[in-house]
Amino acid sequence: MIRPFLQPALTLLAQMALTLALAPLLPGIINKVKALFAGRVGPPVFQLYYDMAKLLRKGSVFSRSATRAFLAGPVASVAVGFTAALIVPMGSETAPLHFLGDAVVFAYLFGVARFFVVLSALDTGSAFEGMGAAREVTFAVLAEPALFLGLAALARFGGQASLGPMLTAAGRGWGTASGPLALVLAAWAIVFLVENCRIPFDDPNTHLELTMIHEVMVLDHSGPSLALVFYGSSLKLWVLGALVVKLCLPLRGAWWIDWPAFLGGMVLLAVGVGVVESVMARLKMVRVPQALIAAVVCATFGFLLLLLQA
Amino acid sequence: MNTHALIANGAAIPLAEIPHLPFAAFQEHIARACGDGHRLVCLTATPDLTGFAVLEAPEGPVLQVLRTTFPPVEFPSLTPACPQAHLFEREIAEQRGLKAIGHPWFKPVRYHQAWGSPRDPWDRQGEILPGVTNFFRVEGTQVHEVAVGPVHAGVIEPGHFRFQCSGETVFNLEIALGYQHRGIERTLQGGPHACTFKHMETAAGDTTIGHAWAHCLAMEGLLDLDVPLRANLIRAVALELERLANHTGDLGAIAGDVGFLPTLSYCGRLRGDWLNMTAVLCGSRLGRDLLRAGGVRFDVDRERAEDLMARLEATAADTANAVELMWSTASVLSRLEGTGRVIPAHAENLGLVGPAGRACGLDRDVRRSHPYGPYAETELPRVLEDLGDVAARARVRAAEIHSSVDFLRWALDVLRTLPPSPVAVEAPRLLPAEHLALGMTEGWRGEIVHLAVTDHRGRFAHYKIVDPSFHNWTGLALALRGEGISDFPLCNKSFNLSYCGFDL
Repeated sequence: MIRPFLQPALTLLAQMALTLALAPLLPGIINKVKALFAGRVGPPVFQLYYDMAKLLRKGSVFSRSATRAFLAGPVASVAVGFTAALIVPMGSETAPLHFLGDAVVFAYLFGVARFFVVLSALDTGSAFEGMGAAREVTFAVLAEPALFLGLAALARFGGQASLGPMLTAAGRGWGTASGPLALVLAAWAIVFLVENCRIPFDDPNTHLELTMIHEVMVLDHSGPSLALVFYGSSLKLWVLGALVVKLCLPLRGAWWIDWPAFLGGMVLLAVGVGVVESVMARLKMVRVPQALIAAVVCATFGFLLLLLQA
Repeated sequence: MNTHALIANGAAIPLAEIPHLPFAAFQEHIARACGDGHRLVCLTATPDLTGFAVLEAPEGPVLQVLRTTFPPVEFPSLTPACPQAHLFEREIAEQRGLKAIGHPWFKPVRYHQAWGSPRDPWDRQGEILPGVTNFFRVEGTQVHEVAVGPVHAGVIEPGHFRFQCSGETVFNLEIALGYQHRGIERTLQGGPHACTFKHMETAAGDTTIGHAWAHCLAMEGLLDLDVPLRANLIRAVALELERLANHTGDLGAIAGDVGFLPTLSYCGRLRGDWLNMTAVLCGSRLGRDLLRAGGVRFDVDRERAEDLMARLEATAADTANAVELMWSTASVLSRLEGTGRVIPAHAENLGLVGPAGRACGLDRDVRRSHPYGPYAETELPRVLEDLGDVAARARVRAAEIHSSVDFLRWALDVLRTLPPSPVAVEAPRLLPAEHLALGMTEGWRGEIVHLAVTDHRGRFAHYKIVDPSFHNWTGLALALRGEGISDFPLCNKSFNLSYCGFDL
């Protein structure tokens, strides 16, 4: 009676516990790598946990022009990160939550989060935040087709529009379809960096309002709501990172191999982001859409190749 | 009739030797001179409305001094004929309560009451606060306005920036300063006081040596002092170390603004190394209290010169590497090149100075054109770029790091081999009455001008400081025209102008 439920229940517990607990570790690893490149000791890898613990104990200051919609942004970003983490398979072939078409839900969950983050940015009435919101939405318009065409390509390859079979097939398919998969990977790597405001598309460390994209939209948050913003963005980094890692990870079907391999992949991804941020400058703002169009083109060709191959 | 007197950098002349021109002839002379290649170094009015102008000829080490009397209530503006005068005229109007009729952009400079005059050229009522003025506005449904400052995100000085944008493109940037106004020039009236030298060193805190030396040049000109060679060498070593520290720090900050971490990280440390070398000279990383009228307070003995030479080689090699890293990275170049261009013709019209001017092909360097101290004995290379963009400004600075290091090698070697001798001469306390003295140095931002006028008691009747930022802030505003607003921090950093040096 219990056996059929045991495995999914364990996967659910493992996946959610690891996601919720480990997501804030990724920015810590990235910052550590950057510090090592710069010859500094750098902040501890657990710095984000300390920061969030500190922020949760603090009070919040709200702009007089802000309404309740202001808090929707951080709440939505954490809720979406949490839900999306249920849909992406991590160390197993199927995700805790899976159904036909879950890939579409996954893609648009982030659209929901973006809507609320932009809404809360506009709610402050600040010129900076309006500008950041405009940039975020402009870039999202271009990032979405790249993500989506990649998903379409994988759905074609895996034969099912569900993330589990799609990613499992892709992870095991590098021997037969390395070309198209590499194109999808390239597109998703760009989307991953753009969506998580990493160099070369955005600079998560800048303090200059005029150059920020995502950071500027959350300038008015403080205390617990800022902690939620941090947690939400680390969940997004984790979940989109999982998508990229799973694309490259051939599952062996044994949890004691697959889970450590997945976690190792996530650490490698964070190290890779840290290396990229340490060796190159940020793109000019007008070049970001061009890079995103390149991602769309990559994903389109990946899709077409898989379409023709079949 | 003779229209002007000639003065050398670091010299003084009796006021009686400067011909007094009628106001119209004074303005006409300046307009004509600026029309054929002269540059307006300084234009100022004393409390009794005596006007002085200093003009630099395209060639030759002497400068022209002109004198006039300003009309009591309002004067016709010279700016339409000679744009270089635009900020000088606004300053005169604000300090003396005069109206500049026909000035195309007649606004306050530092937002204070006229000194010793109840008149207000802008007829403002009540308290005068910085940034309270009508800003240039672009109207239209697609246009939006972005206001930045006076409180900024970083630990920097206050200033207000008003952008008129369409989407990401900036149509116009207007800069309102004055938040740091301390009234230094006003305090100097009746001076020199006990704390005058301190005020000079902190006129722009990151240019301690540059301003202190310009002040010393003016004082030594008035007192007719011969500064020992050794003291001048030590001053020059300190000035070049100041230049190195700031250029290195700024190149790192430019790299940081484009998100290129290696150069940012290395230059942050190296800037500290350069500052520490200044500390070896005098115990202060910013060079405070090193200079004094008549010489310097601290000698550099053989041992210390050798210590500095060893530090110089190590730090110079590391700096060259850190900067080279930036020039060999394509992603950095693509961000710097073509960004924040100042058109050379505009730079010339506005009278930009220093690295910002040299990046536009304007060969302006006081060390070369009006040499003072040891710069007369050595030939500094000409460092010029012509595109006027962020990359050009960064390249000028990188090249100056190189030439400053070469200069330091030479100067420290001379210091090491010179026989020990006093490093200061006694400076009398009493200044000669009714003289005008001019001290100019090339600080790391560019030309620093100190103009002192003494009264019949031998006190300062007027003391005018022109920091390079005074000219160059307008250059930054022009660099942003048609540029993406997200590139403002980068353009700003490539100029890195002083707020307090402007506000005084």
